[in-house]
Amino acid sequence: MTSLGTVPDTAARRPARAARERRRLSRKHREWLAAALFLAPDCIGLLLFVGIPMLLSIFLGFFQVSGFGSYRWVGLGNYERMMSDPLFWDAMRITAIYVVVLVPVLFAVSLGLGLLVKQKLPAVGAFRTALFLPYVISLVVVGLLWKFLLDDQVGAVSGAIEDAGLGHHSWLGEPSLALASLIAVTVWVMMGYYMVIFLAGLQEIPQEFYEAAKIDGAGPWRTFRSITWPLLRPTSFFVLLMSTVAALTGGLDLIFVLTSGGPANGTSLAIFYIYQQAFIFGEYGYASALGSFLVLIMVLVSAVVFRVTRGGRFDDGE
Amino acid sequence: MANETLTGSSGSRGDSPPAVRARRGIGRARSARAGLTLLALVLAVASVLPVLYMVSASFKSRDTVTDGKLFPSEFTFDNYRYVFTEVPFTRYLLNSFLISAVITVVALLFHSMAAYALARLRFPGREKLFALIFSTLLVTAPVVLIPLFLVARELNLLDSYAGLIIPAIFNAFGIFLLRQFYLGLPRELEEAAIVDGCGHWRVYWSIVLPMSRPILSALAVFFFLANWNAFVWPLVATNDPDLTVVQLGISTLQNQYTSNWNYILAAATVAALPMLALFFAFQRQIVESIKTSGIK
Repeated sequence: MTSLGTVPDTAARRPARAARERRRLSRKHREWLAAALFLAPDCIGLLLFVGIPMLLSIFLGFFQVSGFGSYRWVGLGNYERMMSDPLFWDAMRITAIYVVVLVPVLFAVSLGLGLLVKQKLPAVGAFRTALFLPYVISLVVVGLLWKFLLDDQVGAVSGAIEDAGLGHHSWLGEPSLALASLIAVTVWVMMGYYMVIFLAGLQEIPQEFYEAAKIDGAGPWRTFRSITWPLLRPTSFFVLLMSTVAALTGGLDLIFVLTSGGPANGTSLAIFYIYQQAFIFGEYGYASALGSFLVLIMVLVSAVVFRVTRGGRFDDGE
Repeated sequence: MANETLTGSSGSRGDSPPAVRARRGIGRARSARAGLTLLALVLAVASVLPVLYMVSASFKSRDTVTDGKLFPSEFTFDNYRYVFTEVPFTRYLLNSFLISAVITVVALLFHSMAAYALARLRFPGREKLFALIFSTLLVTAPVVLIPLFLVARELNLLDSYAGLIIPAIFNAFGIFLLRQFYLGLPRELEEAAIVDGCGHWRVYWSIVLPMSRPILSALAVFFFLANWNAFVWPLVATNDPDLTVVQLGISTLQNQYTSNWNYILAAATVAALPMLALFFAFQRQIVESIKTSGIK
């Protein structure tokens, strides 16, 4: 701003060139100024509510935070406590099972659905709509609904399973069954979302490839192996990465309503345990340390996904 | 691992050798198509049935809500009457509506401004800034929940509408999608306007914004849906019963009326209905914005 103040002075001395210079400069500066103003609201907001919290989350792990906002440096104290907290390691173990089961199942189901609704079937639009529909319902409603359907006394679904001769089970009342139920419900909610992503990926594959394969007499399995699967790699990578990150850190709403982490902490995933430490027990510092550890795991797992799928690039060296 | 499961769906289209297929080509294709249609039908029903069952059960009386029948033997609106008279449910709905609408409008304005600058204005450090904004996409909400809570507490945002609205406005997803869209717009109109002496704000407001109506409406639906369904942030950021949003309202309802499933399901239906309506009205936009986020 101050440099602009000197411009008229110079302009008076060397009129023509300076005036041109000034106009050119001021137009460039006007563009900079406009960019700054256009970007300011979002950048300030992102800094305050995403950037600073992100940095803070790393530092908070080294503090003990009281409920009223006083911070006390404890060094690695929180991490030492984490190492000897059996409940946290239980939560990590359950999280590992949850991720290892959920991600492949969700991947296979959504890809299967994507392949299915890509076919030219009568009323295929209606099928797509129906399969996507659970996704628009909030996880709170989903949790309530399935708590009702899986209730071991009055639940319609648990009743139907019993009527089918599969025995009476307490689907939300036994730790391992409750985890299985949580996974099944998550698949039910999310399959439509990933189906749409797979469908988009499938529609990107040029139709000529399929026609050529047909002429060559390739069967459906062969076509899938040699055309669909390799060309779908970017989409597969994206789905795998998204669903892994979501499985590691998401689902809090659903657990909260469906099982509250129970029974016997059987569905207490790491993110739920962290939530409890922070907002039930007021251990913000300790919970942040656990959160940082979970983020570290998330980064490592993402790196593995990246390696395995080669970042979703097409060339697979075959 | 995924491959094995996939054999099921694609194998059902027929796994006989090509010669046989060619001979009975048309007949086989037709029966395979019928089989696939049936499979799709079964899966679609399985996907929707729980939701239909919820809606149907919300019209049942307390004694019959757990009878397991798909259709209520007698319709009653008592559950809805109860939810709206005995519980401040109207307040919850209005809170959610107000919060989601304000977030959506402000977020679209801010994100489209930022995206316009990132896509169309020239200034030093533009690509670096974009990379920085993009990198915040990797920060998932649950991970920063605790520090965000502490920041909101320092800023005196807890237990206020501002606290429910402001932190929810900012996410890089919208900026990213809009920037991609603006990069693809033809430059001619803008350049003509600039030659005519229009300022950048005029160009943005009267040329770029009207041209981005399709993507803005897709994002609007998406933002509104996400914020209407939000639960965790309102849960930790508010205590005041007057600020209860609808998702929080139904989850506390469940604690109060543990076995009164008829009331709980009526409330859950009311909470889900606006989103289902939105979905049916703007299905294409929702699906399009998901597709774009996946490919690009």
